[in-house]
Amino acid sequence: MDTNAFTTVTTADPLMSVRGLSKFYGTRIGCDAVSFDLFPGEVLGIVGESGSGKSTLLSCLAGHLAPDTGEVIFATAAGPRDTVKMAEAERRRLARTDWAFVHQNPRDGLRMGISAGGNVGERLMAVGARHYGDIRAQAIDWLGRVEISADRIDDRPSGFSGGMQQRLQIARNLVTGPRLVFMDEPTGGLDVSVQARLLDLLRGLVREMGLSAIIVTHDLAVVRLLADRLMVMKGGYVVEHGLTDQVLDDPQHAYTQLLVSSVLQV
Amino acid sequence: MTEQAYNFAYLDEQTKTMIRRAILKGVAIPGYQVPFASREMPMPYGWGTGGVQVTAACLVPEDTLKVIDQGADDTTNAVSIRRFFQRTAGVAVTEATTEATVIQTRHRIPETALAEGQILVYQVPIPEPLRFLEPRETETRKMHELEDYGLMHVKLYEDIARHGQIATSYDYPVKVEGRYVMDPSPIPKFDNPKLAGNAAIQLFGAGREQRIYALPPYTEAISLDFDDYPFVASKADHACDLCGAAASYLDEVITDDQGSRMFVCSDTDFCGSRRAAGHVGRLGTPLAGGK
Repeated sequence: MDTNAFTTVTTADPLMSVRGLSKFYGTRIGCDAVSFDLFPGEVLGIVGESGSGKSTLLSCLAGHLAPDTGEVIFATAAGPRDTVKMAEAERRRLARTDWAFVHQNPRDGLRMGISAGGNVGERLMAVGARHYGDIRAQAIDWLGRVEISADRIDDRPSGFSGGMQQRLQIARNLVTGPRLVFMDEPTGGLDVSVQARLLDLLRGLVREMGLSAIIVTHDLAVVRLLADRLMVMKGGYVVEHGLTDQVLDDPQHAYTQLLVSSVLQV
Repeated sequence: MTEQAYNFAYLDEQTKTMIRRAILKGVAIPGYQVPFASREMPMPYGWGTGGVQVTAACLVPEDTLKVIDQGADDTTNAVSIRRFFQRTAGVAVTEATTEATVIQTRHRIPETALAEGQILVYQVPIPEPLRFLEPRETETRKMHELEDYGLMHVKLYEDIARHGQIATSYDYPVKVEGRYVMDPSPIPKFDNPKLAGNAAIQLFGAGREQRIYALPPYTEAISLDFDDYPFVASKADHACDLCGAAASYLDEVITDDQGSRMFVCSDTDFCGSRRAAGHVGRLGTPLAGGK
């Protein structure tokens, strides 16, 4: 599956290409000299231990942090643009149309004080939807797609379980049909059966919508299931990069070997 | 301290210059909240310290001042602010909307249409329309800068989802000249249409929050709504029981322990002048020989 996906997508122009991206916190390295291409429909996993710079990298890509050097070229509707040099207004417009960001903690990505329907509708209203009936119909549709029953539409997310909150966050992000989804530990903090359902759901949505995604996680099972390609980070550097199955089954770098062998076999 | 120890209209001239500068900037950028160095005033926050400072900066000795509180000229807030300026500025005061050059108001726009040359000063408790949706001031400023106003509609969405209609009945947000979303201070949404295209200069002062903003004469101010839930300038479905006016904003007054009630114009000057002209409502009595 992965090999096929890889060979077919490489013929297209990259959706996002990153060149020499670095971010320093004073003298400490956040991430250094990261370069990669992400192709349409491709899911890229970024794995590594805590402090390896994977979240810093994701924040730089999504425009939440300003990198010190490097460029992030995104294929916008009007042609490739460097999002690092973009005006804030333009970057935000991208962030609510072409991009989506799924936080590890749903509380960071949801508005806890407003109803599930309002949460899903916010992005629609931000891009100019002004018809209440349509917004609500779309919200109901999306709640259904993430397996939340329609009668919870007027409930606040604070009354939802952790798994439901995470699914609601996904619905809220995907409702405007983004092309690229950033995910920061999307399954963190969920128990294994809920994780499995969420992964199943994500995999379905990614395939069905032809989404590209960049998933940061420390959970190798997540990338095994979702990612076409894998980047392994350590100490701010990318130490290994390749097809997911290749990297996980035949790790070359010493750290990747350690990482793969640390997973408990049940 | 004697009353002569005060500068004209209480504030010192440098402060007035600073406030006027903020007002001018506000008029130049309609709906934009201009920060200013709000002063301590001899009244508690929430009693109109922002409005009083704006009024003080606008007053000249030839002005005629009217002060209203929820439409009434004779409530505590209105009486004390009016007396304050009588003592510190010695300006003429009036209760007639048409005779006033400066009108300071709390939560109403007079029913009588304002004219060019008049200044309407609002007292504003919370100038930030996004405040209860987004608690971070840094973020709300960014949202204004980038015209990122989707959240404002989320509030209206929540209203409809919960109440079946837009239940926001005062403090109803408006979009000014297609740019800034503005909090019109807690006026009833019945008054919102009067914000737009008004001949008078409308100035908004928030003392505690240290913001001034403005609507110059004849400015567009559109109340936000949905296509299928349009904005409605609602009022109690009655006519005034004293003067019979059918199209003025009404207060509901409980008259006894049996739940009897009457509806009266909240604008006392409007009601009084109608009664003086011979209009009589359901419970009203004709005024003896006019007033």
